[in-house]
Amino acid sequence: MTTPADRLTVEEQIAQWRVYLRRRRAIRGPDVEELEGHLRDQVAVLTDAGLEADEAFLVAVKRMGSLDALSREFAREHSERLWKQLIVAPDDADEAGTSTRAETLVVLGLSVAAALAIKVPVLFGLRIGGGDGPFFARNASLFVLPLLTVYFIWKRGSGGVRDLWLALPFAAAAVFANVFPFHTGSDTEALTALHLPIALWLAVGFAYVGTHWFADGGRMDFVRFSGELGIYYVLIALGGGVLTGFTMMMFRAIEMDAGWLAERWLIPCGAMGAVIVGSWLVEAKQSVVENMAPVLTRLFTPLFTVLLLVFLATLAWTGSPINVEREVLIGFDLLLVLVVGLVLYAVSARDPQAPPDFFDGLQLLLVVSALAVDAVALAAIGARISEFGFTPNRVAAIGENIILLVNLAGSAWLYGRFLRRRAPFRILEQWQVAYLPVYSAWAALVVVMFPPVFGYR
Amino acid sequence: MDLGKDLVAASATPLVLSILAEGDSYGYAIIKRVTALSGGHVQWTDGMLYPVLHRLERQGHVAARWRASNSGRRRKYYRITRGGRAQLKAQRQQWQVVDNTLRGIWLKARTA
Repeated sequence: MTTPADRLTVEEQIAQWRVYLRRRRAIRGPDVEELEGHLRDQVAVLTDAGLEADEAFLVAVKRMGSLDALSREFAREHSERLWKQLIVAPDDADEAGTSTRAETLVVLGLSVAAALAIKVPVLFGLRIGGGDGPFFARNASLFVLPLLTVYFIWKRGSGGVRDLWLALPFAAAAVFANVFPFHTGSDTEALTALHLPIALWLAVGFAYVGTHWFADGGRMDFVRFSGELGIYYVLIALGGGVLTGFTMMMFRAIEMDAGWLAERWLIPCGAMGAVIVGSWLVEAKQSVVENMAPVLTRLFTPLFTVLLLVFLATLAWTGSPINVEREVLIGFDLLLVLVVGLVLYAVSARDPQAPPDFFDGLQLLLVVSALAVDAVALAAIGARISEFGFTPNRVAAIGENIILLVNLAGSAWLYGRFLRRRAPFRILEQWQVAYLPVYSAWAALVVVMFPPVFGYR
Repeated sequence: MDLGKDLVAASATPLVLSILAEGDSYGYAIIKRVTALSGGHVQWTDGMLYPVLHRLERQGHVAARWRASNSGRRRKYYRITRGGRAQLKAQRQQWQVVDNTLRGIWLKARTA
C-alpha cells in the first residue's frame, strides 16, 4: 500500500516525465502533448484493469520506450530541429511566448536607441567621421553600454535602489571622458578611448549577474557571455561589412556615392546596435548551441603552445636578442592577453569535478611557456627602458604586462597543484574570476589618472 | 513469437495506413488496433509510432488535426489523404507480391 505522502502522485510523475521530454531538442511542444496524451490513455486503461496508479504509470512509461531512442527517432524525422533552435518561437507554455515577444520588442527598442544615441551629438553640431572622431572614440562605449545594462536590469527583474547605483560608473565615465583638455591626437586620449569600455564592462557585469555576483558561478557566466558576445559581434560585423560593400557597389552602379551613408549611418549605428542584438542572441541561445569560445580554445591552445615552445627553442638556439622596438611591449601584452583568454575559456568550459587530464597539462605548458617568453621580453625591454623614457603608452603597457603576468603566474601555480592533486580545480576557477575586477580597476585608473599625470599628452 | 525489428519497421507504414483507411484515429487507438489485429504478435514500442506518423504527415500520406476529446484534453487525430490511399494501394500490391512468392516456395517445400 502506498500513501500519497511518501510517493509522488501520478500527476506529479507525469509532470516530471513531461519536463524530461521537453529537454529533448528534437521533440517539440505539440509532440510532447501528443505523447503525454498517449501516456495518460495508457495509464487510464491500466488503472481500469486493476493496477495501482503508480504501477500503471511505470508500465506506461516502459511501453513508451526509452527517451533516448525516442528522441533519436524524432531527430531522424525532424533533423532540421537540431539546427533551427535559435530565435524560434518557444514551444513550451503560452506565457513564455508573450515574454519572448516582449523581449523582442525591448531588444528592438534598445538597439534602435543605441543606434540613434550615437547620432545625438550630431544634433549639437559634431560630425561623425569629421574632426570630431576623437570625441566619438572616447565616448563610444557610453552610447551603448548603459543601454545594455538597462537590458540586463530589465531581464533580471528590478533590484530597486541597487540598480540606480549602476548609473554612477556611467556618469563618472561621461565626466572623465570629457572634462580633460586632451591635446589633439594625444596618447592619453587614445588610452582613454581604449580603457573606458574595459572599465565599464564591470558595471555591465554587475547588471548581467543580477544579485549573485559572488554566488552560483555568476562571474564565470559573465565571462562565458563576454566570449560568446565577442564571437557574435565579429560575425555580425562581417555581415555588416558585406551589407556596406553591397550598398556602395549598387549605388556606384547608378553613379551615386553612398560613402556618406556608410560612414555616418550604417557603420556607427550598426556598430552600436549590434552590441545589444549580439547580447540578446547570446542570451537566447546559451543553452541551445554549443558555446564557441571553449571550442576555439581547444583548437588553438595546442597550436599556441607549439608556437611558444618553438619560439623559445629558436631563441635559445640562435641566442639572437629580442629586437626592442616601439611596438614590441604592446605585442607581448597582446600575447599575454591571448594566453589569459585561452586559460579563462578553458576553465569556463571545464567540469570542475573531473580529474586532471592531458589538456590540463597542455594548459600548464602553455602558461609556463608564455611566462618564459614574456620574461625574456621584459628583461630586454627593462634593460632599455631608460632610453625610451616613461610615456603614457609605455606605462600603461607595462602595467598591463604586470597584471597579466601575476594572473598567469597564479594560474601556473594553481595548475601545478591541481595536476599533482594537491588542490581542487575550483580554486583555479575562483582565482580567475576573483581577478576579473583587477582588469577593470586598472583600466579605470588609466582613464582617471593618466591624462592629468602625463599632462594630457 | 515477436516480429524482427526490420519487419516491424517495414510493416509500420502499410499497417498505419490500413488502420487509418478504416477511419480517422489517434496514436493510442492505432496501437491498440495493431495489437488487437495481430493477436498481440505485433508489439510496438509505443513512442516509436509517432515519428512514423509524423513522417507520413510530412510525405502527405496522412493529415493531422487537433480535436478536443471528451476528457477535455486535445488529441491529435490523423486522417488518410488521397495520396495516402494511393500509397496504401501500391504497398498492398508489393506485400501481396512478397506474400505470393513466399507462399509459392513454402507450398512447394511442403509438397516435395
